[in-house]
Amino acid sequence: MGQHVIKMPDLGEGIAEVEVVAWRVQPGDAIVEDQILADVMTDKATVEIPSPVHGTVVSLGGKIGESLAVGAELIRLEVEGAGNAKPAAQASDQPADEPAEVPHGFVPEPARVAEAVASVAQAAPVVAAPPPRPAPAPAPTLRAAGEKPLAAPAVRKRAWDLGIELQYVAGSGPAGRITHTDLDAHLAGHRHRQAAAGDGRYAELEGEEAIPVIGLRRKIAEKMQLAKRQIPHFTYVEEVDVTELEALRGQLNARYGEERGKLTLLPLLMRAVVLAIRRFPDVNARVTEENGDQANVVTRYQPVHMGIATQTDAGLMVPVVRHAEARDPWSSAAEIARLADAARHGKAARDELSGSTITITSLGALGGIVSTPVINHPEVAIVGVNRIVDRPMIRNGGMVARKLMNLSSSFDHRVIDGMVAAEFIQTVRSYLESPATLFVE
Amino acid sequence: MTENTTLLVIGGGPGGYVAAIRAGQLGIPTILVEGADLGGTCLNIGCIPSKALIHAADAFHQAASYTGESPLGIRTGPPTIDVTQTVAWKDGIVKRLTGGVGALLKKNGVKVVQGWARILDGKTVEVGELRIRCEHLLLATGSVAVGLPFLPFGGNVVSSTEALAPATLPEHLVVVGAGYIGLELGIAYRKLGARVTVVEAAGRVLPAYDDELVKPLAASLKRLGVALHLESSVLGLAEGERGIRMRNAGGEEVALEADRVLVAVGRRPRTEGYGLESLLLDMSGRYVRIDNQCRTSMRNVWAIGDLTGEPMLAHRAMAQGEMVAEIIAGKRRHFAPTAIPAVCFTDPEVVVVGMTPQEAATLGMDCLTASFPFAANGRAMTLESTDGFVRVVARKDNHVIVGWQAVGGAVSELSTAFVQSIEMGAQLEDVAGTIHAHPTLGEAVQEAALRALGHALHI
Repeated sequence: MGQHVIKMPDLGEGIAEVEVVAWRVQPGDAIVEDQILADVMTDKATVEIPSPVHGTVVSLGGKIGESLAVGAELIRLEVEGAGNAKPAAQASDQPADEPAEVPHGFVPEPARVAEAVASVAQAAPVVAAPPPRPAPAPAPTLRAAGEKPLAAPAVRKRAWDLGIELQYVAGSGPAGRITHTDLDAHLAGHRHRQAAAGDGRYAELEGEEAIPVIGLRRKIAEKMQLAKRQIPHFTYVEEVDVTELEALRGQLNARYGEERGKLTLLPLLMRAVVLAIRRFPDVNARVTEENGDQANVVTRYQPVHMGIATQTDAGLMVPVVRHAEARDPWSSAAEIARLADAARHGKAARDELSGSTITITSLGALGGIVSTPVINHPEVAIVGVNRIVDRPMIRNGGMVARKLMNLSSSFDHRVIDGMVAAEFIQTVRSYLESPATLFVE
Repeated sequence: MTENTTLLVIGGGPGGYVAAIRAGQLGIPTILVEGADLGGTCLNIGCIPSKALIHAADAFHQAASYTGESPLGIRTGPPTIDVTQTVAWKDGIVKRLTGGVGALLKKNGVKVVQGWARILDGKTVEVGELRIRCEHLLLATGSVAVGLPFLPFGGNVVSSTEALAPATLPEHLVVVGAGYIGLELGIAYRKLGARVTVVEAAGRVLPAYDDELVKPLAASLKRLGVALHLESSVLGLAEGERGIRMRNAGGEEVALEADRVLVAVGRRPRTEGYGLESLLLDMSGRYVRIDNQCRTSMRNVWAIGDLTGEPMLAHRAMAQGEMVAEIIAGKRRHFAPTAIPAVCFTDPEVVVVGMTPQEAATLGMDCLTASFPFAANGRAMTLESTDGFVRVVARKDNHVIVGWQAVGGAVSELSTAFVQSIEMGAQLEDVAGTIHAHPTLGEAVQEAALRALGHALHI
């Protein structure tokens, strides 16, 4: 038997550190080739690390949330044959999977220990103080579905008083009998999961849960902090009459929907933004801060790489539609759909999640009336879309029903003045209100 | 006149009065309405008087046994009984108990209103001139004996109520129905010297119980000289109202001459005559439907006891009543007993707690079953009561006890041990490993558990 070390792979240019966001295996697990060992995360993308060999996990290279340098030991396996590494010399500072020394008079039953560790989810302190301790209690068992919990009347009454469903309490007594001690343990460990019995509507709740800000959440937090710290935001809101645009969209979808795919409002807005950028190139830019918060260099871009803020299960991501200026609405729509899907399934490549020059954020029907979008640093503008509502409007002295939508957009005031921003948005608006122009220019 | 209260209890039986006492203890303003005597069926015309009569009958029967060859060497002259005195003694016990209930209610601040309640709506009840408004209405109106349309009560045809307060002893009593009420009273009358014939439509006595349990009882009936007509149906009164006509097992129509007929074919919930129907509560068959907190389909209208279904037993009603009071006081409670014991005070007595082997099998439970006969129990021999056995039913996989049954003299007292072991979630090993006092009938309990584990000591 030898040991095989898997190192943190190089995941892309310029990446020196990679964060571990999830371990898929634990020490002692037998693994097969190609089994996923861990999820790691770079600036944008989450990457799965598979095992190249069969073996057994000896140790993990870090905790969840820890950043490891590229090339650092990610995981150590025990494998058939010689392996690629010497057994870890630093065994003493490895988490003890097996007791290094067993005090006299204490002989743990391996199976019992393993069981207790697995179920209690914290390493049983095996290296005990000299007085011999009894072997760990057998793991509490949860009963099979449909089986009534076994507990004495006093225990049941106390559980009712506490609003605990005994069905969810593990019993440590013979035949899974639930004791007062089990209730105590359940209370301590599972307070926040308490299913309220009786009149739970007004039950007092207790307990708290610490959720480490790791992985994508940490990236989002850092990015938002940076954007708000560095960028003096100002937000400009304008109302856009999208009656014509929506009518056109309906016609286009009716006519071309089958063959080209249905259009949402987003690709049309993208086209309007692209066209407006021709007149206001300042908003399609990135700021490079070289000295603290002083804006040193503003880089204006000819191509429009449009970031599309996308909600995924893991959190906010911004996949990028490259060269939006070169796409017709159907091409944009297809690209948005492809990227959003990739982002939601964690399959977006790193360069699909970076390099945008301006960003659009839309919550669709949840868009609200007004929002104050946070600029996707280091860009200088973000266009936010609010929901479309039917409103009575005065046209030609009469009241008519029109479809109105607000655009809430934020700008980096270091780079964009209010006048420019206003003119830019008014231009976007004029394209949207006369949608034929979207296809003419 | 109008009175306001938080809790209004209709019915002063074991369910109602316990609910009221507990509510009083918890500081809930409570009014209890009772049209007859406090204590309900149980204290006045059920559990307690029947046990008094059975005790008197046993004592008389015992004394009578000393007139012949007694193995104990006791010899007496033929005993006589003054039934009026017996009934008076029984009434004394009932009076002491119902008086005690009244005192307990008073002590706990419960106001008792004498009279028949009439429900106006879910929050208003009328008793004569008095109108009572309440936040919570608890229905505890109990049950009444079921009569047979072709054998109406009256004259010589009586229900258990009249049978418990006889002015005279009949010469020949025909008991219609071999359930526990019919058998308890039939045996008592037989022991008091009456000739007794039991007519039952099913194929055996105590049709709700299993063969094995009923066998010692059937043997005892034979020994006592109680005549049995199984698979026989009563057709009506005989000519001249002296007895009944019935169709026997052979299909022949025969007459049974008798000077008294006890109809004991069951009880039905008391749902009529007090405006219950005006609430339009959801029903479950004949019973008021309740959930596991005894809530009816109307908010803050609660129901307990016989009104709500089987088992129609006082101790079930009491537990429900106590629970409802606590729920109203804001506590979280459910009615979720693991087992409710059932006892027949026949001779021998029969106790059933939890699941029988058949019931467990029906549920697909793989079970161990073992019984221990009183014939091998020293204490039973000294009591001349070696009929019967204790039987345990436990799960095969984890030995958790799911049922106890016993038949034999005085086994009713073993029900305490049975139901406690089940509620505590005991395994066979728990009972087998508990030292039971010697010499007691309780040793049979331990031995049954030991036998289920494969190592009984005394058999």
